[in-house]
Amino acid sequence: MTDFSKPTMPGMSRRAVLAGGAALTASLFAPRGLRAQDFPTAAVNTTGLAVTDSTVTIGILHSVTGTMAISETGSVQAEKLAIEQINAMGGVLGRKIQFIQEDGASDWPTFAEKARKLLVNDKVASVMGCWTSASRKAVLPVFEQHNGMLYYPTFYEGLEQSPNVIYTGQEATQQIIAGLDWVNQTKGAKSFYLLGSDYIWPRTSNKIARKHIENFMEGCEVVGEEYYPLGHTQFNSVINKIKLRKPDVIYAIVVGGSNVAFYKQLKAAGIDPTKESPIVLTISVTEDEIRGIGGENVEGSYACMKYFQSLDNPNNIAFVDAFKKMWGADMVIGDVTQAAYLGPWLWKAAVEKAGSFDIDKVREASPGIELPTAPEGYVKIHENHHLWSKTRVGRARADGQYDVVFETADLVEPDPFPEGYQ
Amino acid sequence: MQSDRKTRFLTREEAIYFGLLAAVIFLILPMALDSFRLNLFGKYLSYAFVAIGLVLCWGAGGILSLGQGVFFGLGGYAMAMFLKLEASTPEATAIQSTPGIPDFMDWNQVTALPWWWEPFNSLAFTLVAVVAVPVAFAFIIGVAMFRRRVGGVYFAIITQAIAAILTILIIGQQGFTGGVNGITDLRTLKGWDIRSDEAKEILYFVNAGLLFACLFAAQYVRRSKLGRLLIAMRDQEDRVRFSGYDVASFKVFVFCLGAAFAGIGGAMFTLQVGFMSPTLVGIVPSIEMVIFAAVGGRLSILGAVYGTLLVNWAKTTLSESFPELWLLGLGALFIAVVMFFPNGLAGLWSEQVRPRLRKLFAGRGAGATPPAAPVPANSASAPDRPAAKAAAE
Repeated sequence: MTDFSKPTMPGMSRRAVLAGGAALTASLFAPRGLRAQDFPTAAVNTTGLAVTDSTVTIGILHSVTGTMAISETGSVQAEKLAIEQINAMGGVLGRKIQFIQEDGASDWPTFAEKARKLLVNDKVASVMGCWTSASRKAVLPVFEQHNGMLYYPTFYEGLEQSPNVIYTGQEATQQIIAGLDWVNQTKGAKSFYLLGSDYIWPRTSNKIARKHIENFMEGCEVVGEEYYPLGHTQFNSVINKIKLRKPDVIYAIVVGGSNVAFYKQLKAAGIDPTKESPIVLTISVTEDEIRGIGGENVEGSYACMKYFQSLDNPNNIAFVDAFKKMWGADMVIGDVTQAAYLGPWLWKAAVEKAGSFDIDKVREASPGIELPTAPEGYVKIHENHHLWSKTRVGRARADGQYDVVFETADLVEPDPFPEGYQ
Repeated sequence: MQSDRKTRFLTREEAIYFGLLAAVIFLILPMALDSFRLNLFGKYLSYAFVAIGLVLCWGAGGILSLGQGVFFGLGGYAMAMFLKLEASTPEATAIQSTPGIPDFMDWNQVTALPWWWEPFNSLAFTLVAVVAVPVAFAFIIGVAMFRRRVGGVYFAIITQAIAAILTILIIGQQGFTGGVNGITDLRTLKGWDIRSDEAKEILYFVNAGLLFACLFAAQYVRRSKLGRLLIAMRDQEDRVRFSGYDVASFKVFVFCLGAAFAGIGGAMFTLQVGFMSPTLVGIVPSIEMVIFAAVGGRLSILGAVYGTLLVNWAKTTLSESFPELWLLGLGALFIAVVMFFPNGLAGLWSEQVRPRLRKLFAGRGAGATPPAAPVPANSASAPDRPAAKAAAE
């Protein structure tokens, strides 16, 4: 069965990109690509999905308007890039990918409506989409009812494992635990001040962080935990408390526009992240966010992610080049953008392993799928539909990029329902 | 004869309009649309409840509320709480640390069902709450505002603030309300799967039936003495007060009625869409609902329904065809309506289309034009004229 996934072996996409034009690559790889006539449509599509002898249609469902558009645009771009590269290599089971893009408009009922449209009317073979947990929660019943397959890119709070979703971002433990251990072991940090925006992801993440600090890290303590509404811009009171309690680490899970106020006020109050007293550690600021906050305000703080644009490996260099070539040289690529890029590739690998577009067969084939070409390095789909990924810590530079200062030696196992952290 | 025509529940012309709308909603849409699109129109129609309430409050009563989403949300949340409790059986939630409570409570370390959730185990209580909670809330707001003679722009701003406050409250209390995510994954109503296509069709017709009940109620109010007093209050509040009427009570009543309609709409929304979230409570949806009424014509209850359908349909179609540009198109539509048809679709009909149709038929009548015919047309639209002028100022 594994020979079906051969065409996605390392180097293919990289070389495809380097070769440039689609026509050239198509002729280069034609002998090794899969041919549609070997996979008759009637056999690979028994459930009436939008598959023809030469094409297969998938959906892209993100917000391109509204408050979330600024975050989700990168994901859309990465998914389109992946689709173009896959098509240049001959497509999936010899069929070119076509996509139907729908706008979730940063509005959860709209997400549900569009998801239903993609699955019921358009019969798409899979959907790359959603960003916030709220939008995922809104579409989840739709995907389960109509048996669709969603590739969800964002790092999120876990506590979920749907047969109809492949989670290409990290669940909370993958993002948190290694980072806390690192700051404890290399920086000797003992006391932590947790703060975040007030919704499910920061709260769940801080819950896991607190359990880990109190139960698994010797001699460490949490000296404060606070939440602020989304869009909050007055952080002076918490900054005063931080100065009073003198934690070793500020563990910040502030999201969206609040970040701008938070980092600026932190700096104005004399807490300069570059001085590392206290250390600022976050799991919510990617390269995308830094563009809004301003590199000079974030410089010196640490972020715990699985991917940074500055990662130095051949996969990533090719990916960054291709991304900039397609979308402009001033583009930055954050953690979620990379995770979104994995979606179409993982789906292609699963379809070719299954030898079918049928959702049930793709689902069955998904666990164990490996993607050695991932920009973040090697990833693998776990039984629980999440990815095995490395955790990395980066230190923010003034130019808005991160220097990678640490990465776990092995892939971290995804654990959406962590024992001992509930 | 004049007073008879004014107090009669439906004139012949209005009866035709009601019949047309009924034909569209009960016959044409279900026959022309597949089940996915029909469900979408069901969702739009649940917003129409709010628009009808706005026509009464704003168009007739001159009370502009920018917080109708609050009442829509309260009704919707009441229904969502019942459905969520039904979906959270101990068997279905066995994976949680505390089985038997809604999943989001478990994620937020809530270990027991809060007392104020308990009554929502009962469907009867829920159905009463869908109307009673929004009405009670509207009553408190209404008494507090109107007794102090707060009106106009101040009232609009305060209602908007209330919408913002309630959103923040819901998001902040996520252990009890589901926070930003809302209350999701609603499955069954007394064991009846609300997600199946047949269920959605049935819910569409239930929704349509309730909408007509509300339309008739609104029509009744407009035809009654109360309706005429509302218009009088809108145009000359002091005169009504000096005539010995208790202006505040009438305002409170019509505001509560609008809230009741919105609550029913919210509950039907939850049933048809399968979840409820704070994005339907806040300022943006509240203003959108005002736009629905404005596009349809804020003086016409039937126009409000058409306006809601048109705007939402345009929203869906435009966003499907132009995912990155559709908001601009929609914005252009609103500007065009406000600039060229300040009385909305209904105004377009009564000022442009109907006179021409009349002329056409009168011309065919070969000189036997009954002089009575144009008179009702004029007098019917006469009460609306000052309003249009007032709005333009």
